[in-house]
Amino acid sequence: MAKTLAQEFTKGLWDEIPPFRLVLGLCPALGVSTTMENGIGMGIATTFVLICSNILVSLFRNIIPTKVRIVCFIIIIATFVTLVELLMQAYTYELFLKLGVFIPLIVVNCVVLGRAEAFAYKNKLLPSLADGLGIGLGFTMALGALGFVREVLGTGACYGVNLMGSSYKPFTFMVEAPGAFVALGLMLCLMNMVGKK
Amino acid sequence: MELIVLAISCIFVNNILLAQFLGNCPFLGTSKKMETAIGMSMAVIFVLVMAGIITWVTEEYFLKQYGLQYLRTISFILVIAALVQFVEMFLKKSIPALYAGLGIFLPLITTNCAVMGVCLINIKEEYTFIEALVSSISYAVGFGLALVLFAGVRERILLARVPRPLQDTSIGLITAGMLALAFYAFKGMV
Repeated sequence: MAKTLAQEFTKGLWDEIPPFRLVLGLCPALGVSTTMENGIGMGIATTFVLICSNILVSLFRNIIPTKVRIVCFIIIIATFVTLVELLMQAYTYELFLKLGVFIPLIVVNCVVLGRAEAFAYKNKLLPSLADGLGIGLGFTMALGALGFVREVLGTGACYGVNLMGSSYKPFTFMVEAPGAFVALGLMLCLMNMVGKK
Repeated sequence: MELIVLAISCIFVNNILLAQFLGNCPFLGTSKKMETAIGMSMAVIFVLVMAGIITWVTEEYFLKQYGLQYLRTISFILVIAALVQFVEMFLKKSIPALYAGLGIFLPLITTNCAVMGVCLINIKEEYTFIEALVSSISYAVGFGLALVLFAGVRERILLARVPRPLQDTSIGLITAGMLALAFYAFKGMV
């Protein structure tokens, strides 16, 4: 293997960070990033599913027949999503209500399925674990950052702490639906400017 | 009358792509050309309506009956995957023209969160069968409408000179934001 474990881990944090570099998983990124808390909560839930499904897919990669692999992946992923759903209902009920339909929709999050197909199915256990952790953390960071930008611009505060001073008029456009697209587009533009040097 | 209001709210006010943020991967992925956008819209309309009906029946007559609601996620995704596979085989055999038209978009629909999302919304809002049917059709039409409109705008952008860091996905997202703003204006209607 050309890459070390550390490299598999860190590539998810910058080189292949979803949803910027890998344009996957846009729906949760746009849908739940109204506040930083929601974004990070969603990111952590996705990370958990991603790590578990990567481990399982990687362990069973020699048993799963190529022809029905997608269905097998989906069943594995759906199992963990159900687990997350029940756990969140038990321990973080408020967040569960806020994220709503997006929790069961982790099943069809292309990031998770994409990593199972593109990485875990072809690699050993440890690299898959590192990959899942890296991509998951990258996704959490991206969602957190997007949530932070939108929350601060849209309400002038984050976690109830006023950051923009009392004279700031909240730019509510940012927390509404159209703002999500524009904010993500501008962040992508910023990443391109930094990355292309 | 209520059904008409429901239909309008699903197509415009709560547009699946621009207000609910479901199905955005194919929205950005297939909107570069009008042709693929139309193919994708057709495939989604076709599958979403069928999936909406079947998952509603599954929930009402199977999961609810046996108290298995916690298996909803896993059973819905299996039902949708099986449905897509079945539709694919059926079309290939009996309507090859339509099959060729939908092409690769059909298998991709399994992982389209618009389909799964609408099925879950139908259950969450506790729609009756007719309401679920109307909402599935309207959400699907809304998806097609937004996708085709967006593809039209995006084809024009190809001719414009866009600053380098903004190119491709970035400008696409900002354009989608403008379109979402247009749809946002429907908000007071229902």
